[in-house]
Amino acid sequence: MSIDTKKMTVAQAADALAAGTCTAAELCQSYLNRVKSVDGQVKAFLKIDEADIMARAGESDKRRAAGRPLSPYDGIPIGIKDCIVTQGQTCSCASKILEPVVSPYDSTVVARLKAKGFIPTGRLNMDEFAMGSSCENSAFQKTANPWDLNCVPGGSSGGSAASVAASEVPVSLGSDTGGSIRQPAAFCGIVGLKPTYGRVSRYGLVAFASSLDQIGPMAHDVLDAAIILDTIGGHDPKDSTSLPSPCQSFADAVRAAGNETLKGLKIGLPKEYFNGEGLTPSVKQAIDQAVETVKKLGAETVEVSLPHAKYAIATYYIIATAEASANLARFDGIRYGARAESPDLIQTYFKSRGKGFGDEVKRRILLGTYVLSSGYYDAYYLRAQKVRTLIRQDFENAGTQCDVILTPVTPTTAFKFGEKSDPLQMYLADIFTIALNLAGNCGISVPAGICPESGLPVGVQFIAPAMQEEKLLKVARIFELNRQVREFFPDL
Amino acid sequence: MGANSSIDVGYIAGLARIELDPADKERLQHDMEAIIGYIEQLSELNVDGIEPTAHAVPMTNVWREDRAGVPFGRKAMLANAPATIDGELLKVPQVLPGEGMA
Repeated sequence: MSIDTKKMTVAQAADALAAGTCTAAELCQSYLNRVKSVDGQVKAFLKIDEADIMARAGESDKRRAAGRPLSPYDGIPIGIKDCIVTQGQTCSCASKILEPVVSPYDSTVVARLKAKGFIPTGRLNMDEFAMGSSCENSAFQKTANPWDLNCVPGGSSGGSAASVAASEVPVSLGSDTGGSIRQPAAFCGIVGLKPTYGRVSRYGLVAFASSLDQIGPMAHDVLDAAIILDTIGGHDPKDSTSLPSPCQSFADAVRAAGNETLKGLKIGLPKEYFNGEGLTPSVKQAIDQAVETVKKLGAETVEVSLPHAKYAIATYYIIATAEASANLARFDGIRYGARAESPDLIQTYFKSRGKGFGDEVKRRILLGTYVLSSGYYDAYYLRAQKVRTLIRQDFENAGTQCDVILTPVTPTTAFKFGEKSDPLQMYLADIFTIALNLAGNCGISVPAGICPESGLPVGVQFIAPAMQEEKLLKVARIFELNRQVREFFPDL
Repeated sequence: MGANSSIDVGYIAGLARIELDPADKERLQHDMEAIIGYIEQLSELNVDGIEPTAHAVPMTNVWREDRAGVPFGRKAMLANAPATIDGELLKVPQVLPGEGMA
C-alpha cells in the first residue's frame, strides 16, 4: 500500500496509523521517498540514516500489531536540528570543528520523543552553531526555501523549517536563541514555537547562549506544535534551569479551542513594532489583515509600548556573544572533534579553532571575548544585563494591559541568497524576535498571509507571558483556523 | 565606551585562541568596528539603579538527590577524541616547551 504524506500533519498521521490506513514502515518510506525526490534541491538534511529509520518503523509496527503502541504517535518521523544530539548519530552543529563527532547519548528531548515512539529522522542543516538568520553560515551546504529555491529558508533552524515546509518530515525540532525557530518558520510558511525559557530541557542541546537557548517544535499547524511540546517539555533533573512545572495537556487545550472565538481577549499591538522603519509593505499588509482577523473573532486590540525594544539587538549581541565565547571555549581540538596538528599544545588550540570555525562564529567569539575583556566588562556586559532588565520590564508592563501581544515575525519575507552579505544587516533581520529571548517569555510564529508579488509566506507572532503556553497556543489555533489564507504549502 | 572602545582584533583573537590569517584579520577588524559602533547605542540609556538580569528565570540552589548513577563509559566518551592512547587516555601534544618526550 502506498500513502500520500504530502501536507500530512502529525495528528493526521496518528489517525492513519490508528485506523490501519498505513503502517509505520509505509509512512516512513513515503517520507524517505520525498526526501529522495526533493532534497537534492532543498538540501535540508546533512545526514539521514534510512536503515535506522526503517528498522525503528518495523519495531513500531510490531508494537502496534501486538496492541502495545508507545503512544498514538508511535512510528511517526521527526526531523532533528543538528545541534540536538541523538545517540549513534553525528552532531556537527554544521561546523567543521565538530564534523567527526558521533553522540554517545540522547538529548532529553530525543529520549522523550523515542519513549513515545517518534522516530528521529536525520540531521537537519543550520547556521554553524546556530549563529545566523539564513542558514548560509552552515559549513557544509546552503538549504533552500521550498517556496522559492533562490531564497534562504531563514535561520538558524533553516533545515528544520525547510524540511517540514517541503513535507520531507511531518514535524521537526529547532532551537531558538534570538528567533531561530520563529523566523525560519515565518519564511517557510510553517508554525514555530519558542517555549518559555526552562520549559524544555537543554540537556543534549549544544550550548550557544545558555541563558537564551530554548528547543521548540516546527510544524504544519498549532496542534502538531502542541503535541510535540507535550512530548518534549517538563522538568528534567539533568538541566538545572528546567522549570518544575508539568507540561502535558497543551494538545488537549488546542483541540478544545477548535470552535472557540477570541471574545473577551485583549491583544496588545506594540507601537514601536508597527511604526518602525524596515517593515515592508507586503508584511505590513499581512499583519494588518491578521489584526482584522483577530478583531472579527471578538478580540479587543490595544496599543501597548515596548520603549526599549530598539535596544534589544545591541543587548542581545553583547549577552549572546559573551555566553557563546565561554561556551565555545571547549572546542579546542583536544577532547572531541577535529584537531589541527601542531607540535605544541597552545598552537594546537589556535590552529584547530582557526580552521574549525567559520567567519560568523569567529566574529561572535571575538565580540564576546571583547565585551568580557578587562576594562570593558562594566561598559558592555554589565550594562547590557541592566538593559535586559528594562526589556523584561517592558514586557511585564505590556502584560498588565493585554493577554497576548501580536507582532510581525520579520520585517521582510525570505530574502535571496547572498542578499545580506553585511553581518550587521543580517542581525537587524531579527528585530521582532530577539527581545522575547531576553525577556524569557513564550512566542509563536504562525503563517498569516502570502505576499502577492513574490508568492512568499508572511508570519505573525503571538507573544504571551512566561508559562502561559496554553493561552498562547489557543489564540494561535483560533487564528489559524480563521485566517484568510487557509493552507500554506509550497508547489514543490 | 565611546572613544576608548577601539578593538584590536589580533589581540582579542589571541585571548580567544583563534588563529587568523592576515586577510581574515583585516576583514574581521572592519566587521567588528561596525558591530561595536552599533552596540555603542546602549550608552545612551541611563541604567543607574537598575539591577542586572543574568538569566530569564532566576532559579537558585537547584539540588538533586545525592545518588550514585551509572556514568558514561570511558571508551564511549573517548571515541570522539582526535587522538588517544589505546582508547583509554587523551593524547595531546607536548605541554611544556623543552626536551622531547621519551
